Amino acid sequence: MMETLIQVFSRPGAAIIALFASIGRASIFAARAIWSAMRPPYYPIRLIEQLISLGYFSLPVVGLTALFTGAALAQQIYVGGSRFNAESTVPAVTVIAMVRELAPVLGGLMVAGRVSSAMAAELGTMRVTEQIDALKTLRTDPFQFLIAPRLFAGTIVMPLLVLVANAIGVLGGYILAVYRLGFNGANYLETTRAYLEWDDIVSSMVKAGVFGFLLALMGCYHGYHTEGGAAGVGRATTNGVVSAFLMILLANLIITVLVFG
Amino acid sequence: MVEDGQQRRKGASIEIAGLRKSFGDKIVLDGVNLGATPGESLVIIGGSGTGKSVLLKCILGLMPPDTGTILIDDVDMTNAPRSEREEVRDRCGMLFQGGALFDSMNVWRNITFALTRGRQRKSKEMRRIAVAMLEKVGLEERVADLRPAEISGGMQKRVALARAIAANPDLIFFDEPTTGLDPIRANTINHLIRNLTTGIGATALTITHDMESAKIIADRVAMLHEGRIIWSGPVDQLENSGNPLVDQFVHGRAK
Ligand SMILES: Nc1ncnc2c1ncn2[C@@H]1O[C@H](COP(=O)(O)OP(=O)(O)O)[C@@H](O)[C@H]1O
Ligand SMILES: [Mg+2]
Repeated sequence: MMETLIQVFSRPGAAIIALFASIGRASIFAARAIWSAMRPPYYPIRLIEQLISLGYFSLPVVGLTALFTGAALAQQIYVGGSRFNAESTVPAVTVIAMVRELAPVLGGLMVAGRVSSAMAAELGTMRVTEQIDALKTLRTDPFQFLIAPRLFAGTIVMPLLVLVANAIGVLGGYILAVYRLGFNGANYLETTRAYLEWDDIVSSMVKAGVFGFLLALMGCYHGYHTEGGAAGVGRATTNGVVSAFLMILLANLIITVLVFG
Repeated sequence: MVEDGQQRRKGASIEIAGLRKSFGDKIVLDGVNLGATPGESLVIIGGSGTGKSVLLKCILGLMPPDTGTILIDDVDMTNAPRSEREEVRDRCGMLFQGGALFDSMNVWRNITFALTRGRQRKSKEMRRIAVAMLEKVGLEERVADLRPAEISGGMQKRVALARAIAANPDLIFFDEPTTGLDPIRANTINHLIRNLTTGIGATALTITHDMESAKIIADRVAMLHEGRIIWSGPVDQLENSGNPLVDQFVHGRAK
């Protein structure tokens, strides 16, 4: 009995230990990237490229996610609220849930799906075709040239994306509440503004920055350490996305409970 | 300074002793001893999968050896401070077996990459340098603005060679420079490499399977077999080395 129990739990147990080990390795990787970015040469053009490909091209995905989620959220809160005769809480709860939780988390997951996978695949391909080795023989540090711009871009862009997502999410709730549930538009916006606090926005931005850093880090880390040809690139891509998802959800829990709890 | 890659180089010496490298329980290099003097052209021959590419990567510090010492101009490439090793590596150029061109950049930015360290500066001058390099490896100016994916494998190889030598390295590694080229193009490359050493004094370490090529390029030839250098000597002794394994390889005889 005990034996089978141990067997049953040893696999997930090993997975959790492996997870912590790779968090450690990824931290060293991140420190090396940040350290490398402190000394010249600097690559502003690389950073701008990443800002555009990460930020601008993620806007539609993040915007639609926020719009749909905001609307669905308003509907659910209406259903739930009506059980306590508290339908009037719809605008306040929608904006708080959206800003503090859903926009950063769902935005982070959507961007991770797009960006962590793309980074892992691109760097992984560069690894298996020896382009990363070639960089080193051409007087260039891959951490300066490839990794640092991606990490900085992720950290800068995500808060901006989430800011937009917050606004669009509230808009989604507004559209549903006003055109389907019969709320008064002016009142809705007034209540939204009255209940939204600075603390909510700070929480939203901090989460977004952390998630942006993590999703870029996971993509880069797995891509950089790819081995084994095309199949290896496939594995790196999967691992990049899955670990980015896990990291975002774990970081979200930690930030929510410990920092803004 | 970098106009046409023709100014005199000072070369570099290499001294490798007891180099070992395994992957898991597969021993690839099993105590390699090898040396080259400044300005010398050393050719390494050996069957496929004997670890020739691994040897080059260990020398360049792209792969850590298990044990052994690698001295380039007396700098210990496994133990010296990082800044010293980087200084030496900045004087090296490498042609990878697969080319390893950056597919996100066009050909001329690839070629001048080491000169700008990947930054987009002095574009006019850089493009001009790249075109001059292209001419040296027998390619037209038209190629300069194409992406690596838009040119043939043989052209990629020649672009990669141009990239490896564009920053005037003192020590150059060529991993199968003529594989995949027709005999005429191969001949151009052979003489180009020959000229880099005898002509302007760089040290070259070339891996090849091509005996014609070895005869033109080499001052000295070394054969890698089962993880060790089993023979090395001046190129004119290659034909009658007295070593049966070398004979087999040189004359293409099966055992
Ligand atoms: N990164 C690596 N991981 C595991 N095995 C490797 C790696 N690189 C090379 N090898 C193995 O080392 C051996 C020698 O490879 P290589 O140096 O490329 O041969 P070649 O002499 O044809 O250039 C091969 O058997 C190869 O499978
Ligand atoms: Mg090889």
